[in-house]
Amino acid sequence: MSITTEISIWRRRPPFSVVLGLGLASVIVAASLLSYYLAPFDPTRMAAGPRLAPPSGAHLFGTDEFGRDLFSRVLVGGRLSLGIGISAVVSGLVIGGLIGLLAAFSARIVQVTLLRLIDVLYSFPDTLIALALVAFLGPGIENATLAIAISLVPFYARVTYGLAAAERAKPYIEAARLAGIGNGRLVRVHVMPNIGQSLIVMGTLGFSSAILSAAGLSFLGLGVQPPSPEWGAILASGRNYINKAPWILIFPGVAICLTVLSFNLIGDSLRDLVDPRRKGRS
Amino acid sequence: MSVPYLSVQDLSVSFPTRSDHFRAIDGISFDLARGEILALVGESGSGKSMTSLSIMKLLPAAARMSGRIQVDGQDIAALDRRQMEDVRGAKIGMIFQEPMTSLNPVLTIARQMTEGMVRHNGLSRREALATACTWLEDVGISEPTRVLAQYPHQLSGGMRQRIMIAAALALRPGILIADEPTTALDVTVQSQVLDLLVDLKARSGSGILLITHDIGVVAETADRVAVMRGGRILEVGTVDQVLRAPQHEYTQALLASHLTVEKGLKQRQAELEGARP
Repeated sequence: MSITTEISIWRRRPPFSVVLGLGLASVIVAASLLSYYLAPFDPTRMAAGPRLAPPSGAHLFGTDEFGRDLFSRVLVGGRLSLGIGISAVVSGLVIGGLIGLLAAFSARIVQVTLLRLIDVLYSFPDTLIALALVAFLGPGIENATLAIAISLVPFYARVTYGLAAAERAKPYIEAARLAGIGNGRLVRVHVMPNIGQSLIVMGTLGFSSAILSAAGLSFLGLGVQPPSPEWGAILASGRNYINKAPWILIFPGVAICLTVLSFNLIGDSLRDLVDPRRKGRS
Repeated sequence: MSVPYLSVQDLSVSFPTRSDHFRAIDGISFDLARGEILALVGESGSGKSMTSLSIMKLLPAAARMSGRIQVDGQDIAALDRRQMEDVRGAKIGMIFQEPMTSLNPVLTIARQMTEGMVRHNGLSRREALATACTWLEDVGISEPTRVLAQYPHQLSGGMRQRIMIAAALALRPGILIADEPTTALDVTVQSQVLDLLVDLKARSGSGILLITHDIGVVAETADRVAVMRGGRILEVGTVDQVLRAPQHEYTQALLASHLTVEKGLKQRQAELEGARP
Protein backbone atom coordinates (compact mmCIF):
# COMPACT_ATOMS: atom_id res chain seq x y z
CA MET A 1 0.00 0.00 0.00
CA SER A 2 2.72 2.43 0.96
CA ILE A 3 4.78 1.19 -1.95
CA THR A 4 2.24 2.32 -4.51
CA THR A 5 2.15 5.84 -3.10
CA GLU A 6 5.95 5.89 -3.09
CA ILE A 7 6.25 5.19 -6.78
CA SER A 8 3.20 7.16 -7.81
CA ILE A 9 5.36 9.32 -10.09
CA TRP A 10 5.86 6.23 -12.18
CA ARG A 11 2.26 5.18 -12.13
CA ARG A 12 1.78 5.42 -15.88
CA ARG A 13 5.02 3.83 -16.96
CA PRO A 14 8.64 4.18 -15.96
CA PRO A 15 10.51 6.88 -17.88
CA PHE A 16 12.67 5.87 -20.81
CA SER A 17 15.90 6.64 -18.94
CA VAL A 18 15.07 4.07 -16.28
CA VAL A 19 14.25 1.37 -18.80
CA LEU A 20 17.43 2.13 -20.70
CA GLY A 21 19.59 2.21 -17.57
CA LEU A 22 18.19 -0.99 -16.11
CA GLY A 23 18.29 -2.76 -19.46
CA LEU A 24 21.90 -1.81 -20.17
CA ALA A 25 23.02 -2.59 -16.67
CA SER A 26 21.41 -6.03 -16.64
CA VAL A 27 22.99 -6.90 -19.99
CA ILE A 28 26.39 -5.73 -18.82
CA VAL A 29 26.18 -7.48 -15.45
CA ALA A 30 24.87 -10.70 -16.99
CA ALA A 31 27.54 -10.67 -19.69
CA SER A 32 30.26 -10.09 -17.10
CA LEU A 33 29.01 -12.80 -14.76
CA LEU A 34 28.78 -15.31 -17.59
CA SER A 35 31.88 -14.03 -19.36
CA TYR A 36 33.86 -17.28 -19.03
CA TYR A 37 31.04 -19.22 -20.69
CA LEU A 38 30.26 -16.60 -23.31
CA ALA A 39 33.80 -15.82 -24.34
CA PRO A 40 34.64 -17.74 -27.49
CA PHE A 41 38.38 -17.71 -26.72
CA ASP A 42 40.62 -17.66 -23.67
CA PRO A 43 41.08 -13.90 -23.17
CA THR A 44 44.81 -14.28 -22.54
CA ARG A 45 45.53 -16.79 -25.33
CA MET A 46 47.81 -15.23 -27.86
CA ALA A 47 47.51 -15.80 -31.56
CA ALA A 48 43.89 -16.87 -31.30
CA GLY A 49 43.65 -15.16 -34.65
CA PRO A 50 45.77 -12.89 -36.82
CA ARG A 51 47.32 -9.82 -35.19
CA LEU A 52 45.33 -6.57 -35.29
CA ALA A 53 42.52 -8.13 -37.33
CA PRO A 54 39.46 -5.90 -37.78
CA PRO A 55 36.07 -7.06 -36.45
CA SER A 56 34.78 -10.07 -38.36
CA GLY A 57 32.58 -13.12 -37.93
CA ALA A 58 35.32 -15.09 -36.21
CA HIS A 59 36.41 -12.21 -33.96
CA LEU A 60 33.43 -9.98 -33.26
CA PHE A 61 35.51 -7.09 -31.93
CA GLY A 62 38.65 -7.91 -33.88
CA THR A 63 41.99 -8.87 -32.32
CA ASP A 64 44.75 -6.96 -30.59
CA GLU A 65 48.47 -6.68 -31.13
CA PHE A 66 49.09 -10.21 -29.85
CA GLY A 67 46.24 -11.71 -31.82
CA ARG A 68 44.07 -12.11 -28.68
CA ASP A 69 40.32 -12.11 -29.22
CA LEU A 70 39.08 -8.67 -28.18
CA PHE A 71 35.48 -9.73 -27.65
CA SER A 72 36.58 -12.27 -25.06
CA ARG A 73 38.88 -9.74 -23.43
CA VAL A 74 36.19 -7.08 -23.16
CA LEU A 75 33.73 -9.59 -21.70
CA VAL A 76 36.13 -10.93 -19.09
CA GLY A 77 37.44 -7.42 -18.50
CA GLY A 78 33.92 -6.37 -17.50
CA ARG A 79 34.06 -8.93 -14.75
CA LEU A 80 37.17 -7.35 -13.33
CA SER A 81 35.94 -3.78 -13.77
CA LEU A 82 32.57 -4.45 -12.17
CA GLY A 83 34.19 -6.47 -9.41
CA ILE A 84 36.60 -3.71 -8.56
CA GLY A 85 33.78 -1.16 -8.72
CA ILE A 86 31.49 -3.14 -6.43
CA SER A 87 34.09 -3.96 -3.80
CA ALA A 88 35.45 -0.43 -3.81
CA VAL A 89 32.01 1.13 -3.44
CA VAL A 90 30.88 -1.28 -0.74
CA SER A 91 34.00 -0.84 1.36
CA GLY A 92 34.09 2.91 0.75
CA LEU A 93 30.44 3.18 1.74
CA VAL A 94 30.89 1.11 4.88
CA ILE A 95 34.00 2.96 6.06
CA GLY A 96 32.71 6.39 5.05
CA GLY A 97 29.30 5.64 6.51
CA LEU A 98 30.77 4.62 9.87
CA ILE A 99 32.89 7.76 9.99
CA GLY A 100 29.86 9.90 9.11
CA LEU A 101 27.68 8.27 11.76
CA LEU A 102 30.43 8.54 14.34
CA ALA A 103 30.82 12.23 13.57
CA ALA A 104 27.09 12.84 13.77
CA PHE A 105 26.66 11.14 17.12
CA SER A 106 29.78 11.95 19.09
CA ALA A 107 31.01 14.82 21.17
CA ARG A 108 31.65 18.09 19.44
CA ILE A 109 35.43 17.82 19.52
CA VAL A 110 35.44 14.40 17.82
CA GLN A 111 32.88 15.59 15.32
CA VAL A 112 34.80 18.70 14.33
CA THR A 113 38.10 16.83 14.06
CA LEU A 114 36.64 14.09 11.88
CA LEU A 115 34.78 16.49 9.63
CA ARG A 116 37.74 18.76 9.06
CA LEU A 117 39.94 15.76 8.21
CA ILE A 118 37.31 14.56 5.78
CA ASP A 119 37.05 18.05 4.30
CA VAL A 120 40.77 18.11 3.63
CA LEU A 121 40.62 14.74 1.89
CA TYR A 122 37.47 15.77 0.04
CA SER A 123 39.26 18.75 -1.45
CA PHE A 124 41.49 16.43 -3.50
CA PRO A 125 40.03 14.85 -6.63
CA ASP A 126 39.13 11.14 -6.06
CA THR A 127 41.47 9.94 -8.75
CA LEU A 128 44.39 11.91 -7.35
CA ILE A 129 43.96 10.29 -3.94
CA ALA A 130 43.65 6.87 -5.53
CA LEU A 131 46.74 7.55 -7.63
CA ALA A 132 48.79 8.65 -4.64
CA LEU A 133 47.69 5.62 -2.65
CA VAL A 134 48.56 3.15 -5.41
CA ALA A 135 51.90 4.85 -5.85
CA PHE A 136 52.43 4.25 -2.16
CA LEU A 137 50.98 0.72 -1.92
CA GLY A 138 52.26 -0.53 -5.26
CA PRO A 139 50.25 -1.55 -8.32
CA GLY A 140 47.87 -4.52 -8.46
CA ILE A 141 44.18 -5.33 -8.37
CA GLU A 142 43.82 -5.47 -4.58
CA ASN A 143 45.76 -2.28 -3.98
CA ALA A 144 43.90 -0.45 -6.71
CA THR A 145 40.57 -1.55 -5.23
CA LEU A 146 41.65 -0.46 -1.78
CA ALA A 147 42.88 2.88 -3.12
CA ILE A 148 39.61 3.54 -4.94
CA ALA A 149 37.64 2.57 -1.85
CA ILE A 150 39.63 5.00 0.27
CA SER A 151 39.27 7.73 -2.32
CA LEU A 152 35.48 7.34 -2.04
CA VAL A 153 35.48 7.49 1.76
CA PRO A 154 35.42 11.30 2.14
CA PHE A 155 32.40 11.60 -0.13
CA TYR A 156 30.42 8.91 1.64
CA ALA A 157 31.44 10.18 5.07
CA ARG A 158 30.20 13.65 4.18
CA VAL A 159 26.92 12.42 2.73
CA THR A 160 26.26 10.09 5.67
CA TYR A 161 27.09 12.80 8.15
CA GLY A 162 24.69 15.19 6.44
CA LEU A 163 21.87 12.67 6.38
CA ALA A 164 22.47 11.51 9.94
CA ALA A 165 22.73 15.05 11.26
CA ALA A 166 19.42 15.93 9.64
CA GLU A 167 17.88 12.79 11.12
CA ARG A 168 19.37 13.45 14.54
CA ALA A 169 17.47 16.73 14.78
CA LYS A 170 14.09 15.09 14.22
CA PRO A 171 11.66 14.81 17.10
CA TYR A 172 11.35 11.05 16.98
CA ILE A 173 15.05 10.71 17.62
CA GLU A 174 14.66 12.98 20.61
CA ALA A 175 11.62 10.98 21.65
CA ALA A 176 13.65 7.77 21.50
CA ARG A 177 16.41 9.43 23.50
CA LEU A 178 13.85 10.57 26.03
CA ALA A 179 12.67 6.99 26.32
CA GLY A 180 16.18 6.11 27.46
CA ILE A 181 17.50 4.61 24.23
CA GLY A 182 21.29 4.83 24.06
CA ASN A 183 23.32 6.15 21.12
CA GLY A 184 24.30 2.79 19.64
CA ARG A 185 20.78 1.48 19.47
CA LEU A 186 19.52 4.87 18.31
CA VAL A 187 21.79 4.73 15.29
CA ARG A 188 21.10 1.07 14.48
CA VAL A 189 17.34 0.98 14.93
CA HIS A 190 16.19 4.54 14.32
CA VAL A 191 18.69 6.32 12.10
CA MET A 192 19.97 3.64 9.73
CA PRO A 193 16.63 2.55 8.28
CA ASN A 194 15.81 6.19 7.61
CA ILE A 195 18.97 7.06 5.74
CA GLY A 196 19.67 3.64 4.24
CA GLN A 197 17.81 4.22 1.03
CA SER A 198 19.62 7.49 0.36
CA LEU A 199 22.93 5.74 0.97
CA ILE A 200 22.05 3.03 -1.53
CA VAL A 201 21.36 5.73 -4.10
CA MET A 202 24.69 7.38 -3.37
CA GLY A 203 26.32 3.97 -3.69
CA THR A 204 24.84 3.46 -7.15
CA LEU A 205 26.04 6.88 -8.24
CA GLY A 206 29.50 6.24 -6.80
CA PHE A 207 29.72 2.93 -8.61
CA SER A 208 30.22 4.52 -12.01
CA SER A 209 32.92 6.84 -10.73
CA ALA A 210 34.66 3.85 -9.12
CA ILE A 211 34.65 2.04 -12.46
CA LEU A 212 36.09 5.11 -14.14
CA SER A 213 38.81 5.34 -11.50
CA ALA A 214 39.60 1.65 -11.92
CA ALA A 215 39.91 2.06 -15.68
CA GLY A 216 41.99 5.17 -15.19
CA LEU A 217 44.41 3.48 -12.79
CA SER A 218 44.75 0.45 -15.06
CA PHE A 219 45.29 2.72 -18.04
CA LEU A 220 48.16 4.32 -16.18
CA GLY A 221 49.57 0.87 -15.45
CA LEU A 222 48.83 1.10 -11.73
CA GLY A 223 45.78 -1.14 -11.53
CA VAL A 224 45.19 -4.45 -13.20
CA GLN A 225 48.44 -5.74 -14.66
CA PRO A 226 48.79 -7.26 -18.12
CA PRO A 227 47.99 -9.78 -19.42
CA SER A 228 44.79 -9.69 -17.32
CA PRO A 229 42.11 -8.02 -19.37
CA GLU A 230 40.55 -4.95 -17.81
CA TRP A 231 38.96 -2.18 -19.78
CA GLY A 232 41.43 0.49 -18.77
CA ALA A 233 44.34 -1.89 -19.29
CA ILE A 234 43.11 -2.88 -22.76
CA LEU A 235 42.86 0.81 -23.65
CA ALA A 236 46.38 1.39 -22.43
CA SER A 237 47.89 -1.43 -24.45
CA GLY A 238 45.91 -0.50 -27.55
CA ARG A 239 46.72 3.18 -27.62
CA ASN A 240 49.87 2.61 -29.68
CA TYR A 241 47.75 1.13 -32.45
CA ILE A 242 45.05 3.81 -32.54
CA ASN A 243 45.67 4.45 -36.25
CA LYS A 244 46.11 0.88 -37.40
CA ALA A 245 43.54 -0.81 -35.17
CA PRO A 246 41.14 1.68 -33.61
CA TRP A 247 38.76 -1.13 -32.55
CA ILE A 248 41.08 -2.05 -29.70
CA LEU A 249 40.24 1.32 -28.18
CA ILE A 250 36.68 1.69 -29.37
CA PHE A 251 35.15 -1.44 -27.87
CA PRO A 252 36.46 -1.21 -24.29
CA GLY A 253 35.86 2.54 -24.45
CA VAL A 254 32.26 2.01 -25.43
CA ALA A 255 31.93 -0.62 -22.70
CA ILE A 256 33.13 1.86 -20.07
CA CYS A 257 30.80 4.57 -21.42
CA LEU A 258 27.75 2.33 -21.44
CA THR A 259 28.44 0.97 -17.96
CA VAL A 260 28.92 4.42 -16.48
CA LEU A 261 25.88 5.71 -18.34
CA SER A 262 23.61 2.90 -17.23
CA PHE A 263 24.55 3.16 -13.56
CA ASN A 264 24.21 6.93 -13.63
CA LEU A 265 20.75 6.61 -15.16
CA ILE A 266 19.73 4.12 -12.48
CA GLY A 267 21.26 6.22 -9.73
CA ASP A 268 19.54 9.40 -10.92
CA SER A 269 16.13 7.82 -11.12
CA LEU A 270 16.57 6.12 -7.75
CA ARG A 271 17.44 9.49 -6.31
CA ASP A 272 14.36 11.06 -7.84
CA LEU A 273 12.34 8.28 -6.31
CA VAL A 274 13.78 8.71 -2.83
CA ASP A 275 14.02 12.48 -2.66
CA PRO A 276 10.57 13.83 -1.84
CA ARG A 277 11.45 17.33 -3.03
CA ARG A 278 11.90 16.02 -6.54
CA LYS A 279 8.61 14.21 -6.54
CA GLY A 280 6.20 15.47 -9.15
CA ARG A 281 9.00 16.86 -11.27
CA SER A 282 10.32 14.83 -14.13
CA MET B 1 5.39 13.61 54.41
CA SER B 2 7.85 11.72 52.26
CA VAL B 3 10.19 13.34 49.80
CA PRO B 4 8.39 14.25 46.57
CA TYR B 5 9.21 12.12 43.53
CA LEU B 6 10.59 15.05 41.60
CA SER B 7 12.21 17.95 43.36
CA VAL B 8 13.75 20.93 41.61
CA GLN B 9 15.66 23.36 43.77
CA ASP B 10 17.04 26.68 42.71
CA LEU B 11 17.53 25.56 39.11
CA SER B 12 19.29 28.00 36.80
CA VAL B 13 20.27 27.48 33.19
CA SER B 14 22.28 29.99 31.23
CA PHE B 15 23.86 30.22 27.83
CA PRO B 16 27.05 32.14 27.18
CA THR B 17 26.62 34.98 24.73
CA ARG B 18 29.39 37.03 23.19
CA SER B 19 29.57 39.50 26.01
CA ASP B 20 27.53 38.04 28.82
CA HIS B 21 25.32 35.14 29.87
CA PHE B 22 21.75 34.72 28.86
CA ARG B 23 19.74 33.27 31.71
CA ALA B 24 17.06 31.01 30.29
CA ILE B 25 16.03 29.82 33.75
CA ASP B 26 16.69 31.94 36.78
CA GLY B 27 16.49 30.10 40.08
CA ILE B 28 13.25 28.15 40.00
CA SER B 29 12.13 25.58 42.57
CA PHE B 30 9.17 23.24 42.63
CA ASP B 31 8.15 19.78 43.76
CA LEU B 32 5.96 17.23 42.10
CA ALA B 33 4.54 14.15 43.81
CA ARG B 34 3.19 11.00 42.19
CA GLY B 35 -0.46 11.27 41.30
CA GLU B 36 -0.35 15.03 41.03
CA ILE B 37 -0.62 17.30 38.00
CA LEU B 38 1.48 20.42 38.09
CA ALA B 39 1.02 22.81 35.22
CA LEU B 40 3.90 24.99 34.14
CA VAL B 41 2.31 27.83 32.27
CA GLY B 42 3.84 30.78 30.51
CA GLU B 43 4.50 32.44 27.18
CA SER B 44 7.05 31.17 24.65
CA GLY B 45 10.57 31.77 25.80
CA SER B 46 9.64 31.74 29.46
CA GLY B 47 11.80 28.69 30.11
CA LYS B 48 9.17 25.98 30.29
CA SER B 49 10.80 23.60 27.84
CA MET B 50 14.29 24.31 29.18
CA THR B 51 13.00 23.16 32.54
CA SER B 52 11.94 19.81 31.16
CA LEU B 53 15.19 19.37 29.26
CA SER B 54 17.11 20.07 32.48
CA ILE B 55 15.17 17.37 34.28
CA MET B 56 15.98 14.94 31.47
CA LYS B 57 19.61 16.09 31.47
CA LEU B 58 19.38 16.72 27.75
CA LEU B 59 20.28 20.39 27.66
CA PRO B 60 22.31 21.60 24.68
CA ALA B 61 26.06 21.26 25.25
CA ALA B 62 26.54 25.02 25.52
CA ALA B 63 24.14 25.37 28.44
CA ARG B 64 25.38 25.89 32.01
CA MET B 65 23.17 24.45 34.71
CA SER B 66 23.20 25.01 38.44
CA GLY B 67 20.86 23.95 41.21
CA ARG B 68 19.65 20.57 42.29
CA ILE B 69 17.27 18.17 40.60
CA GLN B 70 16.26 15.03 42.46
CA VAL B 71 14.34 12.22 40.89
CA ASP B 72 13.10 9.46 43.16
CA GLY B 73 15.62 10.53 45.79
CA GLN B 74 18.60 10.57 43.38
CA ASP B 75 20.47 13.70 42.43
CA ILE B 76 20.64 13.47 38.64
CA ALA B 77 23.81 15.56 38.51
CA ALA B 78 25.62 12.58 40.02
CA LEU B 79 24.44 10.13 37.37
CA ASP B 80 26.60 9.20 34.39
CA ARG B 81 25.28 8.72 30.88
CA ARG B 82 24.39 5.04 31.31
CA GLN B 83 22.55 5.63 34.55
CA MET B 84 20.75 8.60 33.02
CA GLU B 85 19.48 6.38 30.22
CA ASP B 86 17.88 4.25 32.93
CA VAL B 87 16.15 7.30 34.34
CA ARG B 88 14.82 8.53 31.02
CA GLY B 89 11.69 6.74 30.06
CA ALA B 90 11.64 4.49 33.13
CA LYS B 91 11.42 7.13 35.87
CA ILE B 92 10.49 10.18 33.86
CA GLY B 93 8.59 9.76 30.64
CA MET B 94 8.03 12.51 28.17
CA ILE B 95 5.62 13.28 25.39
CA PHE B 96 5.73 16.34 23.29
CA GLN B 97 4.11 18.70 20.96
CA GLU B 98 4.44 17.20 17.51
CA PRO B 99 2.67 13.87 17.35
CA MET B 100 3.21 13.92 13.60
CA THR B 101 6.98 13.72 13.87
CA SER B 102 7.57 12.08 17.24
CA LEU B 103 7.28 8.60 15.82
CA ASN B 104 9.90 7.08 13.56
CA PRO B 105 8.37 6.86 10.06
CA VAL B 106 10.08 3.61 9.08
CA LEU B 107 9.29 1.48 12.13
CA THR B 108 5.99 -0.11 13.05
CA ILE B 109 4.14 1.07 16.13
CA ALA B 110 4.78 -2.31 17.76
CA ARG B 111 8.51 -1.95 17.29
CA GLN B 112 8.58 1.54 18.77
CA MET B 113 6.33 0.78 21.71
CA THR B 114 8.09 -2.38 22.79
CA GLU B 115 11.61 -1.00 22.47
CA GLY B 116 11.52 0.85 25.78
CA MET B 117 9.73 -1.91 27.67
CA VAL B 118 12.30 -4.48 26.64
CA ARG B 119 15.05 -2.06 27.56
CA HIS B 120 13.73 -0.77 30.89
CA ASN B 121 11.21 -3.17 32.33
CA GLY B 122 13.02 -6.36 31.38
CA LEU B 123 10.08 -7.79 29.50
CA SER B 124 10.41 -10.25 26.64
CA ARG B 125 9.24 -9.07 23.22
CA ARG B 126 6.09 -11.14 23.55
CA GLU B 127 5.22 -9.76 26.99
CA ALA B 128 6.00 -6.25 25.80
CA LEU B 129 3.66 -6.68 22.85
CA ALA B 130 0.86 -7.84 25.12
CA THR B 131 1.45 -4.88 27.43
CA ALA B 132 1.52 -2.49 24.50
CA CYS B 133 -1.78 -3.94 23.39
CA THR B 134 -3.52 -3.32 26.71
CA TRP B 135 -2.10 0.18 26.95
CA LEU B 136 -3.37 1.03 23.49
CA GLU B 137 -6.80 -0.13 24.61
CA ASP B 138 -6.46 2.04 27.70
CA VAL B 139 -5.80 5.13 25.62
CA GLY B 140 -8.94 4.42 23.64
CA ILE B 141 -7.63 2.76 20.50
CA SER B 142 -10.23 0.25 19.43
CA GLU B 143 -8.18 -2.15 17.31
CA PRO B 144 -4.82 -2.30 19.04
CA THR B 145 -3.51 -5.35 17.18
CA ARG B 146 -4.14 -3.71 13.83
CA VAL B 147 -2.60 -0.41 14.92
CA LEU B 148 0.49 -2.18 16.27
CA ALA B 149 1.27 -3.52 12.82
CA GLN B 150 0.88 -0.10 11.20
CA TYR B 151 3.34 2.66 10.40
CA PRO B 152 2.94 6.21 11.73
CA HIS B 153 1.86 7.72 8.41
CA GLN B 154 -1.21 5.48 8.39
CA LEU B 155 -2.52 7.09 11.60
CA SER B 156 -4.10 10.43 12.41
CA GLY B 157 -2.54 13.05 14.65
CA GLY B 158 -4.85 12.26 17.56
CA MET B 159 -4.10 8.56 17.24
CA ARG B 160 -0.38 9.23 17.23
CA GLN B 161 -0.55 11.38 20.33
CA ARG B 162 -2.52 8.62 22.07
CA ILE B 163 0.16 6.17 21.01
CA MET B 164 2.87 8.45 22.35
CA ILE B 165 1.04 8.64 25.67
CA ALA B 166 0.55 4.89 25.76
CA ALA B 167 4.21 4.28 24.90
CA ALA B 168 5.37 6.67 27.62
CA LEU B 169 3.03 5.31 30.31
CA ALA B 170 3.72 1.68 29.42
CA LEU B 171 7.17 2.17 30.94
CA ARG B 172 5.43 3.05 34.25
CA PRO B 173 7.34 6.27 34.87
CA GLY B 174 6.92 8.04 38.22
CA ILE B 175 6.52 11.31 36.39
CA LEU B 176 5.31 12.08 32.89
CA ILE B 177 6.40 15.36 31.38
CA ALA B 178 3.85 16.48 28.83
CA ASP B 179 5.28 19.35 26.81
CA GLU B 180 2.39 21.08 25.06
CA PRO B 181 0.67 17.74 24.48
CA THR B 182 -2.40 19.18 22.82
CA THR B 183 -1.14 22.25 20.99
CA ALA B 184 -0.82 20.56 17.62
CA LEU B 185 -4.16 18.79 17.83
CA ASP B 186 -7.67 19.68 16.70
CA VAL B 187 -9.80 21.33 19.35
CA THR B 188 -12.14 18.35 19.57
CA VAL B 189 -9.25 15.95 19.99
CA GLN B 190 -7.56 18.24 22.52
CA SER B 191 -10.07 17.76 25.25
CA GLN B 192 -10.21 14.00 24.64
CA VAL B 193 -6.45 13.77 25.09
CA LEU B 194 -6.58 15.91 28.24
CA ASP B 195 -9.35 13.78 29.73
CA LEU B 196 -7.28 10.76 28.89
CA LEU B 197 -4.23 12.17 30.68
CA VAL B 198 -6.22 12.91 33.84
CA ASP B 199 -7.87 9.51 33.74
CA LEU B 200 -4.61 7.63 33.23
CA LYS B 201 -2.88 9.61 35.92
CA ALA B 202 -5.53 8.48 38.36
CA ARG B 203 -5.08 4.86 37.29
CA SER B 204 -1.31 4.64 36.92
CA GLY B 205 -0.43 6.94 39.81
CA SER B 206 2.19 8.81 37.77
CA GLY B 207 2.65 12.48 38.42
CA ILE B 208 2.33 14.79 35.43
CA LEU B 209 4.31 17.90 34.70
CA LEU B 210 2.09 19.62 32.18
CA ILE B 211 3.84 22.28 30.17
CA THR B 212 1.50 24.58 28.33
CA HIS B 213 0.76 28.14 27.34
CA ASP B 214 -2.96 27.55 27.42
CA ILE B 215 -4.71 28.64 30.61
CA GLY B 216 -7.80 26.74 29.48
CA VAL B 217 -5.86 23.48 29.51
CA VAL B 218 -4.58 24.28 33.00
CA ALA B 219 -8.04 24.97 34.35
CA GLU B 220 -9.35 21.74 32.95
CA THR B 221 -6.65 19.36 34.16
CA ALA B 222 -4.11 20.58 36.69
CA ASP B 223 -4.05 20.36 40.48
CA ARG B 224 -1.43 23.02 40.97
CA VAL B 225 -0.05 25.63 38.64
CA ALA B 226 3.22 27.53 38.41
CA VAL B 227 3.27 30.64 36.29
CA MET B 228 6.59 31.25 34.54
CA ARG B 229 7.97 34.27 32.83
CA GLY B 230 11.49 35.23 31.82
CA GLY B 231 12.94 32.13 33.47
CA ARG B 232 11.35 32.75 36.87
CA ILE B 233 8.34 31.30 38.61
CA LEU B 234 6.14 34.24 39.44
CA GLU B 235 3.42 32.46 41.29
CA VAL B 236 2.67 28.92 42.49
CA GLY B 237 -0.52 27.62 43.98
CA THR B 238 -3.50 25.39 43.50
CA VAL B 239 -5.41 25.99 40.33
CA ASP B 240 -8.30 27.44 42.30
CA GLN B 241 -6.10 29.94 44.09
CA VAL B 242 -4.19 31.09 41.09
CA LEU B 243 -6.97 31.27 38.56
CA ARG B 244 -9.60 32.76 40.88
CA ALA B 245 -7.40 35.15 42.77
CA PRO B 246 -4.19 35.76 40.83
CA GLN B 247 -1.64 37.57 42.98
CA HIS B 248 0.83 38.61 40.34
CA GLU B 249 -0.19 41.14 37.74
CA TYR B 250 1.35 39.04 34.95
CA THR B 251 -0.96 36.18 35.92
CA GLN B 252 -3.87 38.59 35.77
CA ALA B 253 -2.78 39.77 32.35
CA LEU B 254 -2.38 36.16 31.19
CA LEU B 255 -5.88 35.34 32.41
CA ALA B 256 -7.32 38.44 30.79
CA SER B 257 -5.69 37.58 27.48
CA HIS B 258 -7.33 34.19 27.39
CA LEU B 259 -10.09 34.07 24.84
CA THR B 260 -13.42 32.54 25.66
CA VAL B 261 -16.57 32.33 23.64
CA GLU B 262 -18.39 34.54 26.17
CA LYS B 263 -15.76 37.24 26.02
CA GLY B 264 -15.69 37.12 22.25
CA LEU B 265 -19.44 37.55 22.06
CA LYS B 266 -19.36 40.43 24.53
CA GLN B 267 -16.69 42.19 22.53
CA ARG B 268 -18.60 41.68 19.33
CA GLN B 269 -21.70 43.13 20.96
CA ALA B 270 -19.76 46.13 22.17
CA GLU B 271 -18.35 46.74 18.73
CA LEU B 272 -21.79 46.53 17.19
CA GLU B 273 -23.21 48.99 19.68
CA GLY B 274 -20.30 51.33 19.13
CA ALA B 275 -20.94 51.23 15.41
CA ARG B 276 -24.51 52.44 15.81
CA PRO B 277 -24.94 55.95 14.41
